[in-house]
Amino acid sequence: MTAMVDDAGAVASTNGQSALTVNSLWKVFGPRADKIVGSPEADLSRAELLAKTGCTAAVRDVSFDVAPGEVFVVMGLSGSGKSTLVRCLTRLIEPTAGQITIDGEEVVGMSDTRLRELRRHHVSMVFQHFGLLPHRKVIDNVGYGLEVRGESKTDRRARAQEMVDLVGLSGNENAYPDQLSGGMQQRVGLARALAVNPSVLLFDEPFSALDPLIRRDMQNEVIRLHHEVGKTMVFITHDLAEALKLGDRILIMRDGALVQMGTPAEVVATPADDYVRDFVSEVPRSHVLTLAWVMRPPRPDEALTGPEMTPDTIVRDAARRVIDAADPVKVVDNGELLGVVDQDDILRVIVAEETPS
Amino acid sequence: MTIELAELDHPAVEAPTPPDEESNRKRWWALGAALAVWVVVGTVLSGRNTQDLPNAELTGFQTWLTDLYGNLQDAKFNGDWFIKPAVWIGDSLDWIVTTLQHLFVSDPDRPLQVAQFGWAGVVALVVLIAYALSGARIAVLSLAVLLAIGYAGYWEAGIDTLIVTGVAVVICVLIGIPTAIWMSRSSAASAAITPVLDAMQTMPAFAYLAPLALLFGIGNSGAVVVTLIYALPPLVRITAHALGTVSPTTVEATASLGSTENQQTRKVRLPMSKRTIIVGLNQTIMAALSMATIAAFIAGPGLGQPIVRALNILNVGVAFVAGACVVLLAIMLDRATERAGIRAELAARSGGNENVRRIVLGVLGVAAVIALYLSHSQLRWSVFPESDFGAQVARRVNDWTDAFTGAVGDFTAWVNDTATTYLLNNLEDLLANSPWWLVAAAILTVAALLGGAGKGSFQRVVTGVALCSLAVLAAGYYAGSVPDINWVPYWTGVVVLLAVGGYLGAGEAFLPTAVCLTLIFGVGLWNDSMVTLSMTLFATLVVMIFGVTIGTWMGRSHRVDAAVRPFLDFLQTMPALVYLIPALALFPPGKFLAIAAAVLYASPVAIKIAADGIRSVSPTTVEAAQAIGSNRWQMISKVQLPMSKGSMVLAANQGLLFVLSMVVIGALVGGGSLGYLVISGFSQGQLYGKGLAAAIAITALGIMLDRITVHTAARYGRAETA
Repeated sequence: MTAMVDDAGAVASTNGQSALTVNSLWKVFGPRADKIVGSPEADLSRAELLAKTGCTAAVRDVSFDVAPGEVFVVMGLSGSGKSTLVRCLTRLIEPTAGQITIDGEEVVGMSDTRLRELRRHHVSMVFQHFGLLPHRKVIDNVGYGLEVRGESKTDRRARAQEMVDLVGLSGNENAYPDQLSGGMQQRVGLARALAVNPSVLLFDEPFSALDPLIRRDMQNEVIRLHHEVGKTMVFITHDLAEALKLGDRILIMRDGALVQMGTPAEVVATPADDYVRDFVSEVPRSHVLTLAWVMRPPRPDEALTGPEMTPDTIVRDAARRVIDAADPVKVVDNGELLGVVDQDDILRVIVAEETPS
Repeated sequence: MTIELAELDHPAVEAPTPPDEESNRKRWWALGAALAVWVVVGTVLSGRNTQDLPNAELTGFQTWLTDLYGNLQDAKFNGDWFIKPAVWIGDSLDWIVTTLQHLFVSDPDRPLQVAQFGWAGVVALVVLIAYALSGARIAVLSLAVLLAIGYAGYWEAGIDTLIVTGVAVVICVLIGIPTAIWMSRSSAASAAITPVLDAMQTMPAFAYLAPLALLFGIGNSGAVVVTLIYALPPLVRITAHALGTVSPTTVEATASLGSTENQQTRKVRLPMSKRTIIVGLNQTIMAALSMATIAAFIAGPGLGQPIVRALNILNVGVAFVAGACVVLLAIMLDRATERAGIRAELAARSGGNENVRRIVLGVLGVAAVIALYLSHSQLRWSVFPESDFGAQVARRVNDWTDAFTGAVGDFTAWVNDTATTYLLNNLEDLLANSPWWLVAAAILTVAALLGGAGKGSFQRVVTGVALCSLAVLAAGYYAGSVPDINWVPYWTGVVVLLAVGGYLGAGEAFLPTAVCLTLIFGVGLWNDSMVTLSMTLFATLVVMIFGVTIGTWMGRSHRVDAAVRPFLDFLQTMPALVYLIPALALFPPGKFLAIAAAVLYASPVAIKIAADGIRSVSPTTVEAAQAIGSNRWQMISKVQLPMSKGSMVLAANQGLLFVLSMVVIGALVGGGSLGYLVISGFSQGQLYGKGLAAAIAITALGIMLDRITVHTAARYGRAETA
């Protein structure tokens, strides 16, 4: 994935055109849930709130922006509210309070007709348990979204066949879902979501139900598709490795609230609190950190004759050349020298798993 | 995560805490004490205040009902506006059935004129439909069944039964599927309709024959209406359940693609629940066939007529032949719908033998057209050939029955006499010959102690029961056996009773029981109701003995289960009226015969529930008990039976309801009491009110027994076995 964004939250301010904006989103389940937001109870912890009002705050005051073409990952353990959050985006679950803007249009308060248009043309979703129609062939499952928006049978068959080919299911278009493996079923889910040519794709833990090997294939498939079709993606997962692998930026949730938002390197290098630190403690630093995080100002005695590298190079990818080079490697961005990295700096990350300060 | 969401949407209800050991023991002691009081006081006061009236005597309320009947007849005659919709519906249904009869059987108004299309056409048509929907095997089965019915001499009756069943089922589908869709979409609709369905299913079939016949007329129209009402609930319930439990992910996924509600229903929910809906349809068809035969009591056409006539004159042979025809129809319809369900699934996927199928369909279609033409134009193909096959079989069966009765008659007579003298009569004495207020107090005590946990502590329940019993006793003392619904102190007593019971929260079953007892007393049929109740309890006791023993046996062994279950399935496809026939072959007419038929009718369902209960005991627990060294008897008595207590009570619940509906039908073979009053109400206009009152009493009994057992089952935590 390209590191399109270095700074969390910088997107909206730089180009002003986000694909998706979420502002102070709340979802409270329970009796008279709408009375909670804005009252003093909203500050209570989840358990206290439940004890006092019988309500559960699944999503509490979450805000973020997603840039067009970005892969935005929402991560958290089960019960952290991430699946509720993604369902609020197209109001599969009605949010309690807050604003959601997709392609410049306000989603909360949209009429049912308009909301249906949004779901039919702009946003589609891939589900953990696939949600395929068992009585329909693969091709008719893929064409479902086109069918409900009223496209002719020939048009939708043609488009669906294209999508079936795109996700690598050619030859299976006349199979029924129960004749396919889990991984293949999820490819159908993916093709179905892509068929309506949405500008935003939502993924709700799409690979959690799959075997580890197939999961890896599917992750690569998503990366490939992202390169090919370049959609904006919001990806929900509880798997940190998956989040780091796919995400341009990661939002970490806990008990419904935002804990940290940033690039994979930021999250690993500077965890916001002990919760996140605990989370990322097992992650090999060198797989995530870029040279920008490892470099230091050159010492006066160092020769600046080593090879040049960009600051967004992952440490692991840079390691061989840094170790081979006689002099420290220069980290250069647009002709400007940002710092240097030598063998010591690299080994500290790779072997000692230290996070540079 | 979806599970979590579901939990968030409906905050978890606290699991009912199982009743603690001590409270349970106290309840049983209190129950024993109440029983002892009942027996002693009942013996002393036997025969007093029993509301026992001669059959021909009517209470004020019953006379009022008879007058109501007369007024309604007048209203119909005068074309009053309030009766118009019912008359219109009745006339339309009658027109539909008569038209179909005119086409396929013969015009009932002109019996000498033959039908438009005779037997050959009908057979070819049915075979064609059977092949198209259910495949070759069912087509052959249908052919065999129809020819067998024809040769048995019941061609016209058989087709009449099919027509009534068919019309009722089609209307069931037209009403039921939209209702189910509405219920699955709106929780308010679901909450409103579910109790109506409950009532329709709890009410014994016999109970609504009279009032519906009154509204819609006897004959074709009444037969279709009662059949329709009896058959509708399973379809609505199962369809609504299937639509509501379609995989939530799929529903969400299709919603996320922008489906409208209607698209969801049409493209997602209905196709995904097709298989289950066909199961519901199957149950509805079987129920319709069962009721279409019983509708003979209100002059419905079809196979029920010869059965009822034969039972009336105790001719086992004729009843057997006609009954066998109904069973054959039942097998045909059951297998056909079952197979159609499987085919519906396969048809979408198979590509291979579609061509063969099309050719066969074409051939059958042409054959059907030719057959229809021939049967329209030639008498030979129109009127089913005369045959004395049925009569011969009937004679044989009568001979066999006589021989059989001769051989084992002494034994069955001994069983009959012993059970009647030692058990049934005593039970009847206790229930029907004790003063009504004593029995009412006793039943209320049972309801309060067993039926539901109640809000109050044990002490409060006991106090409540004591106070209520006092109220009933006091009312009884003043009332004597005045069975008059207008009697003010009686109603005052009832209101006080309900208020006290409600205040003390004496278990969920208490209030419904009080209301039902009030109704039974109010309609003036206390004595007859108690006789029916004693028969019901006795039969249920036998059913439960079968249920627990055979159920345990089946639940513990897959081999036994595999051997017994098909037999139970077969018994369950038999329409209710047919059960009287084998019982008639075994026992002399009378109460015991009705009980035997009821036991036969109710046992399969009770055995199945019990077996499922035993089977669903956690295998881990069974394994653990085995590992610790339990022997077989210990395993049954200490692990499997206690853990499936809830299922056993549920088996008793179903057993009671099945038994009650059969005991009432058993009036036809000398069962007497409420069922007899219903039948005599049909036949004698001046007794109409009493028959209707009996129908109310039957319903009240049914609801009371249902509520007490359902809440008892809930108290024993049916959940733990589910």
